[in-house]
Amino acid sequence: MSRRYDSRTTIFSPDGRLYQVEYALEAISHAGTAIGILAKDGIVLAAERKVTSKLLEQDTSAEKLYILNDNMICAVAGMTADANILINYARQAAQRYLLTYNEDIPCEQLVRRLCDLKQGYTQHGGLRPFGVSFIYAGWDPQRQFQLYLSNPSGNYGGWKATSSGANHASAQSLLKQDYKEDCTLKEACGMAVKVLSKTMDSTKLSSEKIEFATVGQTKDGKIYHKLWSAEEINQLLKEHDLAKDETAEEK
Amino acid sequence: MAPHSNGTSPHWSLKSGVHQQGCPELQVLLGITGKDFTLIAASKAAMRGATILKAADDKTRQLNKNTLMAFSGEAGDTVQFAEYIQANAQLYSMRNETDLSPSALANFVRGELASSLRSRKPYNVNLLLGGVDPITDKPSLYWLDYLASLAPVPYAAHGYAQYYCLSILDKHHQPDITLERGMELLNLCADELKRRLPIDFKGLVVKAVTKDGTVEMPFDNDRIVKSA
Repeated sequence: MSRRYDSRTTIFSPDGRLYQVEYALEAISHAGTAIGILAKDGIVLAAERKVTSKLLEQDTSAEKLYILNDNMICAVAGMTADANILINYARQAAQRYLLTYNEDIPCEQLVRRLCDLKQGYTQHGGLRPFGVSFIYAGWDPQRQFQLYLSNPSGNYGGWKATSSGANHASAQSLLKQDYKEDCTLKEACGMAVKVLSKTMDSTKLSSEKIEFATVGQTKDGKIYHKLWSAEEINQLLKEHDLAKDETAEEK
Repeated sequence: MAPHSNGTSPHWSLKSGVHQQGCPELQVLLGITGKDFTLIAASKAAMRGATILKAADDKTRQLNKNTLMAFSGEAGDTVQFAEYIQANAQLYSMRNETDLSPSALANFVRGELASSLRSRKPYNVNLLLGGVDPITDKPSLYWLDYLASLAPVPYAAHGYAQYYCLSILDKHHQPDITLERGMELLNLCADELKRRLPIDFKGLVVKAVTKDGTVEMPFDNDRIVKSA
């Protein structure tokens, strides 16, 4: 009888909770950490890659960072397979808006479109809610650089710095300690690797274990987004003295 | 059965002998952009055949705070289409707590006209859409017709007014003109129309869009113009 309120996604328990949604949130807190930091001249997203193997092809498998459109990217915490469905949906919504208005979709609107879909699974039902949280980084002319976090319940919020996934509570408190208003993108990148190195199990990081992406503005005002290559990530880790010792790499 | 009907097509077409109502070519639409404004003018006559039904018709609709649309074309189609666009613009503003830019609206309207054109009964509407971008404060003007053409232009006209006014605007328009100068140009255009258009279009309604919103401008329609 204790499973009475567990099995349906859309039924409230007597104390007013939706267990399936809470289980989805729980599933996410076991996934690799993802963090996002808003700087005055850009946004950085960083994510921990859980599946690492020497046999894994590095460049062909971006696991946690995805491009949504010309001025928006997102980091995934949770089930990647579920995320793929939502990312496909988001990309279609963004292109449909571009086709209708010949303008890029405002960031919050795209976030809300995804959250409306996620919300549907908490009310109209289905088999289970989507087991993913997203951290979105984007730019639009009205509100400039923006950072959002959404979760399986369909809630979302705008943040200066946020995290999701395993150890997100400790990552959040580290971000709260270290966050400076008006920090530059470069400082934010430094902060991101530092926070990740503390929340991840291993103290020494490498490009195999993390993914990195930034949204920024070029000198002539154009918005760019960049998924970092392995060399760039290693370079950043070296700068902050967090890189794995090269000689110790051979086991 | 109507004499020219082919017996299968249930809808009206120009070939089936139904007259187009509202004399689209005789309706005057003018638009001028300047340094920080867009002016839109439309003739006040509502016509049916050779008859003027109304002399204070307003062929414009405000889409949101900083976008205005003027329309001409087949009677009935015009208001229906304009108010459909207006409703959609207002729905967007309510849902998203932000207004669509004039450029976004122009592209939306173009899309609606393009799908209408390929439907069983297309709208026969020509439009000028003018506004000031709420973020950059840049004025803009778009020329659209029922074939879903869209062109951003510094000044524009629809109907027979094109033949008389574009040459005047071509000679006198500068991109950085003031609102006063814009009104002067409209007076030049109105005078020429009175001189050369063979019908009385009952004067112009003139509206100005600035970053502060849309206002109707006082316009002297009683000026007497001597024929050439």
